[in-house]
Amino acid sequence: MQTVDPKDLAAFEADADAWFNENVVRDPGFMLPLTFMEVGTDQQFNFLRDWQNKVYEAGYLGAAWPKEYGGGGLDQAFQNAATRAMRRHHGPIMLNAIGLNWTGPLLLNMGSEEHKKAHLKGILSAEDIWCQGFSEPGNGSDLGNAQTRAVRDGDHYVVNGSKIWTTLGRYAKYMILLARTDPDTPKKYDGLSFFLAPMKIPGVETNPIKKLTGEHGFTQTFFTDARIPATGLMGVEGGGWKVAMRTLEFERGTRGGQAGGYVAVGSNAFEVLDLAKRMTRSGKPVLDDPQVADQMVEFLMEIQALSLNGQRTQVPNLVADHPQGIPLASKLMGTEMSRRLNEFAIRLTGARGAYYVGEEEAVDRGVWARAYLNSFSATIGGGTSQIQANIVGEHVLGLPKS
Amino acid sequence: MQDLGRIGFSEDQAALLDVATDFCLQRSPVSTVRRLIEDELGHDPAVWKEMGELGWLGIAIPEDFGGSGLSLAEVVPVVEQMGRRLMTGPLISATLAAQALAVGGTEAQKLAVLPRLAEGLAATIALAEPDFDWEADTVACQAQDAADGKLALSGQKVLVADAGVAQWIIASVRYQDAPALVLIPAAALPAGALRRETVIDETRRSFALNLDGVSVSKQDLLDPALAGTTLMHLHLAANLLAAADMVGGTQSCIDYTVDYLKTRVQFGKLIGSYQALKHPTVDAYCKYEQARSHLYAAAHCFGEQGTGEIAVRMAKAAADAAYSFAADRAIQFHGGFGFTYDCDAQLYRRRAIWHAANYGDAGFHKAKLARLLF
Repeated sequence: MQTVDPKDLAAFEADADAWFNENVVRDPGFMLPLTFMEVGTDQQFNFLRDWQNKVYEAGYLGAAWPKEYGGGGLDQAFQNAATRAMRRHHGPIMLNAIGLNWTGPLLLNMGSEEHKKAHLKGILSAEDIWCQGFSEPGNGSDLGNAQTRAVRDGDHYVVNGSKIWTTLGRYAKYMILLARTDPDTPKKYDGLSFFLAPMKIPGVETNPIKKLTGEHGFTQTFFTDARIPATGLMGVEGGGWKVAMRTLEFERGTRGGQAGGYVAVGSNAFEVLDLAKRMTRSGKPVLDDPQVADQMVEFLMEIQALSLNGQRTQVPNLVADHPQGIPLASKLMGTEMSRRLNEFAIRLTGARGAYYVGEEEAVDRGVWARAYLNSFSATIGGGTSQIQANIVGEHVLGLPKS
Repeated sequence: MQDLGRIGFSEDQAALLDVATDFCLQRSPVSTVRRLIEDELGHDPAVWKEMGELGWLGIAIPEDFGGSGLSLAEVVPVVEQMGRRLMTGPLISATLAAQALAVGGTEAQKLAVLPRLAEGLAATIALAEPDFDWEADTVACQAQDAADGKLALSGQKVLVADAGVAQWIIASVRYQDAPALVLIPAAALPAGALRRETVIDETRRSFALNLDGVSVSKQDLLDPALAGTTLMHLHLAANLLAAADMVGGTQSCIDYTVDYLKTRVQFGKLIGSYQALKHPTVDAYCKYEQARSHLYAAAHCFGEQGTGEIAVRMAKAAADAAYSFAADRAIQFHGGFGFTYDCDAQLYRRRAIWHAANYGDAGFHKAKLARLLF
């Protein structure tokens, strides 16, 4: 731990404030994605890639990663200050989420020196976009059942199979890939290996998947005798499950080390409150309806509780009974809250809730309907809420396995 | 955007949380809780004495008047742990009475009473009346100047917790057409002024108080200029401490349910492995964590203008929702046994209802919050 001079920190935050104030583009002229999972067009991709690079060059991304790998070498407090400034000025999201939030921290935590040197800077600058190859068609949340094969052949592994729900798959240069190197182990988890795999090579194809919103965003990735270098193996052959589980800890935010920034703009309950004031029913603000007011207060309480939960995890005495409870439950609580809040917002728009993006009569360009449909990406992706509830029940409360 | 409160945690809170966790676990096993239900007094005087020795009764009393000079934030972890063990005794009541004097009492009243409260004498407050309105300043009871130079009181108070052991009762009244507070020594109450009420939380002792024919000295009137502030302070303090008791109870209730789900076998499986039981239990747990975060934010921000009120009302509303849900499901998930008096789930459910009924339930506080937030 470095000691942080509060004056240095305040000056850094003031600089960041000024920088974001000057550099955030308010209206790029097209709809920006609310989360990194919603990047569906080249226009959106190019804009966000440039934006991330600009933030990195200015020193407000990866500020706490080591200097020798392209980071700023500063204390985490500086990155937190930069992220606060980013939020205050409603900056667009950071595009390279899988790189910044799980691959990068994973490499810093258990990668080889070569891996760190080769990949960390490209993650920060958005030159190398990363995607994740965990889920497979038909396997849903059951990661351990991965069937994609990787067979050693000299200096390479030959990969065959398919991965699905590959966020940013069309744009990614690398994939963190969980593949089966031994199909015959008695325990299925022992036959898996973890790779840093190139995407722009022969034998790797991506097909876009049209989402429920009507947009593209994910791909299915097909491997046909794709030859990936053996140097991309993380850990040992057959030890992939451990690496994957560590990755999930970063993905779920239960371990620090993320580069900073943010990758999703949650629908803010205060924006929904504003909507409830703007919308009318029978000539009166819909917020005058006591049921609406009651529900609105509950959302404000809930969003406040989520923020307080985060603060409380910093006080060990107040989480001693369930040290992992809040981090593990946060995914469940936050994503479900967001889904319910967006659905509530659609209801507030009354008859105009029937419209969708593209219709000029749609309230706020249809953002609420789109946000609601997209909110399922978080209640399903990364493990469904039902799986997450099992995890919380079993790991936090000690209930027997389902 | 308004400041809705934030978490802060003092070293004193940490120390008290630590001690209270062990003390309440040791002194209030559920067998004791059940034994005291049958006891007329309702609490163990020896344990109450120990609480006094631990300094718990003077935590939020200023040092000049024999207390520790801390704040309600430091009382919160103690009450939370008491609630967790369904512990009884007039600590909440006495703390609120001390708050009434510390905030709105005259110097003479503070000198006369606060050191005695810090030493362990019990006291309580009497705000509710038979119209059962939760508004802090709705008062019908009267105080009138009498011919003998004293104040003649009249009217009825209800849901006066712990009045049976209180040496003083601080009651809200109307005096000269404005809300006021009076300090009533127990000795001033005629026989029969107190009637023990049958309340849903059998671990509590609650009384109806008939003020007709009661008279007190004029010196027993709290500072009239501070009456409005004091009533609001008491309303929020009562809700804060209730939230603390409720959050502790919620935690226990979940633990109690989880223990059962881990041991009870049906259809050849531990019932906790069924998602129909597991998932609502996780919901209860998530609500508990949210309520506890609201509680400690309310404790930390209690004294702040505006923010304190928002944080306290959120804490009480969240605690009501969390405790009610967790205790309700605890009964259901214990099946046939859950329907019996022997199952502890009913103890928690009853206490949750008691707290919701006193000083405002979730719906009441959310309606207040709507006015504060929108």
